[in-house]
Amino acid sequence: MPQNDTLFTPRLTGQNYTTPDLRAKLTGTARFAEDLQAEGMLVCRLLTSPLPHARVTHLDTKAALTIPGVRAILTADELPPPADFVTDRGEMIKASPWAERGLTMEPLFQGEPILAVAAIDEATAAAAIEAIEVSFDPLPFVIDPLDSLRPEGPNARTDGNVWLPPGKPGEQAKVGELKWTSAEFEAAGKDQLPLGKAGNEWAYGDLEAEMAQAALILDETFVTPNVSHQTLETRSTLAWWENGKLHIAVGTQSTIQTVPALARWLNMAPDDIVLISEYTGGGFGGKGTASVTAIIPALLAKKANAPVMLRISREDEQAIGRARPSLVGRMRAGFSQEGRLLGLDMFVVMDNGPYEEQHDAATSGRMASLLYQPQAMRWRSVTVLTNTLVRGFQTAPGGLQACALMGPMLAKAARKLNLDPLEICRINAPEGQAPVGPLKTDGSRDVATSAFVKQALDQGAQAFGWQGRRSRPALNHPLRRGIGVATGCFVAGTIGFDGLFVITPEGKLRIHCGIGNLGTESFSDVQRVVADAMDMPWESCEILWGNTGKHLAWSCVSGGSQTIHSMSRAGLAASLDARAKIMEIAAKSLGGAPEDFAIANQRVFRKTNNGEGLSFAEVARKAIALGGAYDGHECPNDVNKMTKKSVAALAGQGLVAVARDTFPREGQTFSFVAAFAEIEVDTETGMYRIVDFHAEADAGVVVHPRAFAGQMGGRSMFGIGHATRQKWFYDYEHGMPVSRRFYQTRPPTVLCFPEKFTWGAVGLPDPQTPTGARGIGEPPTAAACAAILCALSDALGDDKFVRAPVLADAVLAAIEPETWHPATGLAANV
Amino acid sequence: MNASILETIRPAGMTRRQFIKSVIAAGAVSSCGLLHFKPAGAAPKTSPEAVERLITLSVNGQQRRVDVMPQETLAQTLRNKLGLMGLKIGCDRGECGACTVLIDDVPHYSCSILTHSVRGKNVLTIEGLARSDGTLHPLQQGVLDEQGFQCGYCAPGFLMSTLGYLKANPNPNRQELAHAVSGNLCRCLDYDKILTALMRGAEYMRKG
Repeated sequence: MPQNDTLFTPRLTGQNYTTPDLRAKLTGTARFAEDLQAEGMLVCRLLTSPLPHARVTHLDTKAALTIPGVRAILTADELPPPADFVTDRGEMIKASPWAERGLTMEPLFQGEPILAVAAIDEATAAAAIEAIEVSFDPLPFVIDPLDSLRPEGPNARTDGNVWLPPGKPGEQAKVGELKWTSAEFEAAGKDQLPLGKAGNEWAYGDLEAEMAQAALILDETFVTPNVSHQTLETRSTLAWWENGKLHIAVGTQSTIQTVPALARWLNMAPDDIVLISEYTGGGFGGKGTASVTAIIPALLAKKANAPVMLRISREDEQAIGRARPSLVGRMRAGFSQEGRLLGLDMFVVMDNGPYEEQHDAATSGRMASLLYQPQAMRWRSVTVLTNTLVRGFQTAPGGLQACALMGPMLAKAARKLNLDPLEICRINAPEGQAPVGPLKTDGSRDVATSAFVKQALDQGAQAFGWQGRRSRPALNHPLRRGIGVATGCFVAGTIGFDGLFVITPEGKLRIHCGIGNLGTESFSDVQRVVADAMDMPWESCEILWGNTGKHLAWSCVSGGSQTIHSMSRAGLAASLDARAKIMEIAAKSLGGAPEDFAIANQRVFRKTNNGEGLSFAEVARKAIALGGAYDGHECPNDVNKMTKKSVAALAGQGLVAVARDTFPREGQTFSFVAAFAEIEVDTETGMYRIVDFHAEADAGVVVHPRAFAGQMGGRSMFGIGHATRQKWFYDYEHGMPVSRRFYQTRPPTVLCFPEKFTWGAVGLPDPQTPTGARGIGEPPTAAACAAILCALSDALGDDKFVRAPVLADAVLAAIEPETWHPATGLAANV
Repeated sequence: MNASILETIRPAGMTRRQFIKSVIAAGAVSSCGLLHFKPAGAAPKTSPEAVERLITLSVNGQQRRVDVMPQETLAQTLRNKLGLMGLKIGCDRGECGACTVLIDDVPHYSCSILTHSVRGKNVLTIEGLARSDGTLHPLQQGVLDEQGFQCGYCAPGFLMSTLGYLKANPNPNRQELAHAVSGNLCRCLDYDKILTALMRGAEYMRKG
């Protein structure tokens, strides 16, 4: 954006620094929600369902309430009805009758909360739980989505087994019933997904015409895993009421955006909620705007007239925390002799869990269309309800699954066509404003703001030494080597949020930041752009975050790695507002026109006479004297109402800079990663090591290199966990999850990290955003998962495994099929 | 809870005992985290087993008098009675390491140690590392300089595990240090940067 070049000179942006939250994390003084204590605080425990699907037929709390120290019990019938809400774009979203409520009389998964007890301590609360009389009428349940699609298969909910698309424009998706025929199941071959009726579908191009031209057609089925978020901080929550307002401390990825979510669940005014969340112990999408269980202590606190802390145990976190949905995908793909993907026919069945419709299936189609640029494509899906744990967004939701389904297929096509796997990634890589997704009503398709994936592949291949590794001799028995390359992508930025800061009479810059602090450091990193735009030393900038009582700006949800893009734009918009106001104040005070003045070194001065000017401290005092928009007594109309409320509270404190991001953007913002992996497989034990791994990013300008490195390493590892070790196991007979703790579905440890890890970044700025920055948190996960699967196929051969993660039993089954038998069928949780 | 439900859902062909065993194996009766205890000033306990004894602990160089129940873990005592919130209870079962403290210079999961068992021993938590004037311990300073950790929830546990290991092996290589902290989980999976930061801290410690 050339018009902004003179307003933004990156001095701090792109440099390492110490974030303002780190010292507290290292000294034990950082306060997460569970670390807070309130006078007279009660503690809360949950009674959860022992069954995967049942109706509570009898509930008697009288005995529990007589126990000394028990102060209140909350049941589902006391929950307020969830409210409709209006989006920022003015769309009315009706409250869903199928939504998760926090407590229920018809539990839809084992571990779902039925009621909550508040007592003086947890021993008393536990005693109360034991004293409650509860009986259940068991209902049919289903764990495997394909079981539910069978003609006589059980439904996860009494009113259906799938999410169906809206019947007509303006309607919302609804739960209904969909069954496939026995003939459709029988028509599928071994380890092939049956192709029954789809719930959703779209297409572009002439698929069959492209297929007819293909030199190679593959028909692949693959199963991606269900993986829990397992944030190290469970979703504990402290709530209390004061003067009619709810004060609530909760781990959430987003600060300001969590307020309307809570207001919706509690059916109350957002203005009556004060949210505290300075530190959040991991989110990965699972704490986007906290979760609905946060309302339990809020309601109990009101009922008991005392603060209530809901401490969530690890088992409860596994139950009510979120998880990535498994996809079973069948991809029929046609390739040209050169490896170009001509046609892609993609059908995915998603294990949705019991509640709100997840969008991973839909996103998987969009990401496949973007990342591999098929010339014609049809995407179909069925979103199946199951009586398994609640799903939610997880790093690169749908993007990871798309890459896990497609990446290994591209590598297989390369082997079949005698091509270099790197070249088949390259020839199909998006470039520039690449098209994405289905046709719109006007016949066009959405486009990416930019894509430099070929550069990422080239630079990554160079750094990894790809070509040299391809020609090495095989390892001696019992070791086998495999190398893999894959790309990943995901959404990396949104637009239209607000920036807000105050230049104080002391000449400091106080930023009122509504971004959540979940560890990505974006809440601070984007302010480097503000400091640069205002030419302020970092030491003169103070960031207020993590407490809506501090009058924060409306910000994007801190999820989907959009923050660095979205909020650097918003910060820059506020900076432009500040600069305009400062120069107007200078003109009013010193004479002349605003354009006669320049800003640098915390001063505004006349361009023709540097000595004639005002310090920022003087500007702030003059802003207060002038009032109006200068000190926040007037606020722009186009900012969010929550920002307006904050501005009103800040009025008179200095020069108030506030603006909504209205910078133009053509296209949707995506980031990309190319990942390269080498593994060594021990064919005697089935164990394998990741001996080398390189990730190369195409994520625009790098704002904070160390934070960027953390995302490249950490999010790559997240994907590696999906490929190598993390999955659920279920007791299918009783519908019980067996994976309930870390040791049963263990996240990668430090010893799982690749023995050699490097990363790089193309660093080309996105031309559609002033700072050139895009988010980086999502695509490494997808690329890394796919690269490891590709390396495993390279070592073991094609068609050796149908699901991820690939554990030692699958490796041994691939090597000695006559001795070792892998789990059969297309279920994820086996 | 009554157990009638266990009768009604029993699958065909299973005895009631077999079914109950399977349910218990799946841990599916109710939520079951270890218990936390009342904040100071709350009403007396009601559970008969909750008989507290006043004992003295040495924590971060101070003698601390505290009422402790027989079944109380060190993590519970440190957090809920002594207000040392730096250690975190990520799993309460010795799986994540977020509650690691040093006991006589040896790293321990405080969620898996009974408080009574550390009488007469020196307990060091993350709060005891920096000087009273705010000067960071060299290990903390090294991590700060390298921007180690993301969400930071696991950081106190990692730091204490590292400190304990460095007392035995002050000059480890990266792989040795990785093994030393392999009992600590970071769900942000920021292991590469964490190891770099901890190695920097180890270097600062050697330099004094």
